[in-house]
Amino acid sequence: MSTDTVVRLPDQSTARIPKVNFITKENGLLSWLLTGDHKRIATLYLISITFFFAIGGALAGLIRLELLTPQSDLMSTDTYNKVFSMHGIIMVFLFLVPSIPATLGNFLMPLMIGAKDLALPKINLLSWYLYVIAGFMILYSMMTGGVDTGWTFTVPLSTHYVNTNVITTGLAIFVAGFSSVFTGLNFIVTIHKMRAPGMTWFRLPLFVWSNYAASILMVLGTPVLAITLVLVILERAFGIGVFDPAKGGDPILFQHLFWFYSHPAVYIMILPGMGVISEVISTFSRKRVFGYTAVAFSSVAIAVFAFFVWEHHMFIMGVSNYSTLVFSLLTMLVAVPSAIKIFNWSFTLYKGSITFETPMLYSFGFMGLFTIGGLTGVFLASTGTDIHLTETYFIVAHFHFVMVGGMLMAFLSGIHFWWPKWTGRMYPEKISQLAALITFIGFNLTFFPQFILGMLGMPRRYAAYPPEFQVLNVFSTAGATILGIGYLLPILYLTWSLKYGEIAGDNPWQATGLEWQIQSPPLTENFPEIPIVDYEAYDYEWLERKEKEVTRVG
Amino acid sequence: MEHQVDTTSFAMWLFLVTEIMFFGGLFCSYLIFRNWYYPAFVAASHQLSIKEGTANTAVLIVSSFTMPMGVWCAETRRKGALVLCLCLTFVLGLVFLGIKYDEYHEKYEKHHVPSWHYSTKAFTDPASDPEVHKAYPDDKPLPLDMARHTEVYFGLYFAMTGMHALHMIIGISILGFMIFRARAGAYTNGHVTFVNNFGLYWHFVDIVWIFLYPLLYLISRHA
Repeated sequence: MSTDTVVRLPDQSTARIPKVNFITKENGLLSWLLTGDHKRIATLYLISITFFFAIGGALAGLIRLELLTPQSDLMSTDTYNKVFSMHGIIMVFLFLVPSIPATLGNFLMPLMIGAKDLALPKINLLSWYLYVIAGFMILYSMMTGGVDTGWTFTVPLSTHYVNTNVITTGLAIFVAGFSSVFTGLNFIVTIHKMRAPGMTWFRLPLFVWSNYAASILMVLGTPVLAITLVLVILERAFGIGVFDPAKGGDPILFQHLFWFYSHPAVYIMILPGMGVISEVISTFSRKRVFGYTAVAFSSVAIAVFAFFVWEHHMFIMGVSNYSTLVFSLLTMLVAVPSAIKIFNWSFTLYKGSITFETPMLYSFGFMGLFTIGGLTGVFLASTGTDIHLTETYFIVAHFHFVMVGGMLMAFLSGIHFWWPKWTGRMYPEKISQLAALITFIGFNLTFFPQFILGMLGMPRRYAAYPPEFQVLNVFSTAGATILGIGYLLPILYLTWSLKYGEIAGDNPWQATGLEWQIQSPPLTENFPEIPIVDYEAYDYEWLERKEKEVTRVG
Repeated sequence: MEHQVDTTSFAMWLFLVTEIMFFGGLFCSYLIFRNWYYPAFVAASHQLSIKEGTANTAVLIVSSFTMPMGVWCAETRRKGALVLCLCLTFVLGLVFLGIKYDEYHEKYEKHHVPSWHYSTKAFTDPASDPEVHKAYPDDKPLPLDMARHTEVYFGLYFAMTGMHALHMIIGISILGFMIFRARAGAYTNGHVTFVNNFGLYWHFVDIVWIFLYPLLYLISRHA
């Protein structure tokens, strides 16, 4: 095991951030608010997403504080319902769904394929504005009472029984949905039409493949959520009857329509993260990704299969046993492409020259935690066990393992990996490794007890619980505190690094990929001249030969 | 340039795919409830005016002729003819919305708007509605529970035609903007992509109506 590092920085006494780059090119607030530059839009997204993540995280803190004691003593049960609902809505729709595509995807996609920008820059800007509008609507909804239906808006609770801001929140998510659709649309068109000469489909970095698959899901799935929300709003405001049994409507119809999007949504959330892992693992093992074609096709396979499994969220809702059989089988099948990726990443590591920089630490965390989360999904896919585990803390633990242990770690991995490219500066390595470790420990302490709680029967979405569950809940809250510190540290030191970080140079990680062949931060037009690609992805031999070439004079 | 045209065209087609998924949820709900409550759907559909529905269909089909005519005018750089075609399409769009408003108004007056003093009297006692009873003398009175399901039909009627009308309004607004720009010569100088792609959108809105019309108006009509 090597304790070396792959980092090669330019001589710090003489290195400078390039004078002309996408940040310095134009000045003034309007040049940012009316930009078409995908890198600036990505930066705007990064700031807004971090803001909403902080709010969602604060709400999580409130949940864990309340659950320290078996009684509902910190807040009333109605308030608790609002807190976990808003936590879910903000985290799912304002953080997880846009996270990697809108920040890293927007920033890197044109760079990785050798283009000057995305295909539709104005639509890209519109996406961001729709996101911000949706965010403000959700904040407004929160400040005027919030919703208490859970992020799943189950009918007839949300349409006939609660007196909270269902309509405002539904409209906000509708708007956020279109932000997502336009991002996905932009990506698909860009990848099809704007690759540099020589950049064939199978020379694309796997990050591009993952985002392409996620974009297919965004484009096909999100409109169904949109119409579902419209129907909920119409039912609530005008009583059209589609979800009202008294008029002949069916609440299960809502479930089918809602989960038809919301299951693919979880793959929208995880696929871009998997793309990041492919990039990071290959760079820090100095090896091409094992089984490139398998990983590329498995991304698309996940996207296709994602649409076939939605009823596994409805096993206890009174659907036919025969249908649960079919969906249970399909859900087992959808796990296969994800497992293929884990195997391929493992084989990439095998006999690689592994080093342990921060992005790699987060990626190792991803591989372990996502695997655990995914395996617990098998208990939930199997109808017999699902009956006992669903709507308990087992489910809560399952999705937090894949979403937080998986996706959020991948997000942090990607942010650290591409931070030098984005800002021209390195983050501080030692404290970031410490933060990664704190996050890992805090995460496990928070969510592993929840598997046990769920198995023992503690229901989810309850403010009060039987006293015998208190010990595990206290562990979970202790872990949440540690986790909070682990997430606070990057916000602090990354901001610090903007001024005091070491100058990174073009390619501090000695990685392959077109984005590492240009300056950090990049020029507004990305490439001084359109690159011509005549080498495969992750071609470390090509990179070595190139290093020996003379590419700069003076 | 050709590459840019190609790209924006691809983007518009992809956007229309998302619109298909969007309306798809409504069509799916419609299909399920029509399957369950067929007699209610038949009786309720008899409350719609076939004359106005057919007129609307004809209006949209003609507008789907005037729109590509406009595209041809743009491609052959006939500015005056282009503005005329766009104006015709604009007017036809407004005619459609006018007829739709008349239909909605009639539904409001007959108490067939869901949850707004909804009345099932016309279905439990067809004779109480002489106009419809004359057109459909063979309609039997529905039992009360099936008669209540007509409210779901009208709920879907308003949701589907309302969503369609919203898309029409958006299209007409963009048409207004286009007429303004066309008069300035923006589309007769070789840059026809905007008109072309809008034409795709307009055709899509027309096709949605072509599905809505038989599903909502022609349920019990067979050869």
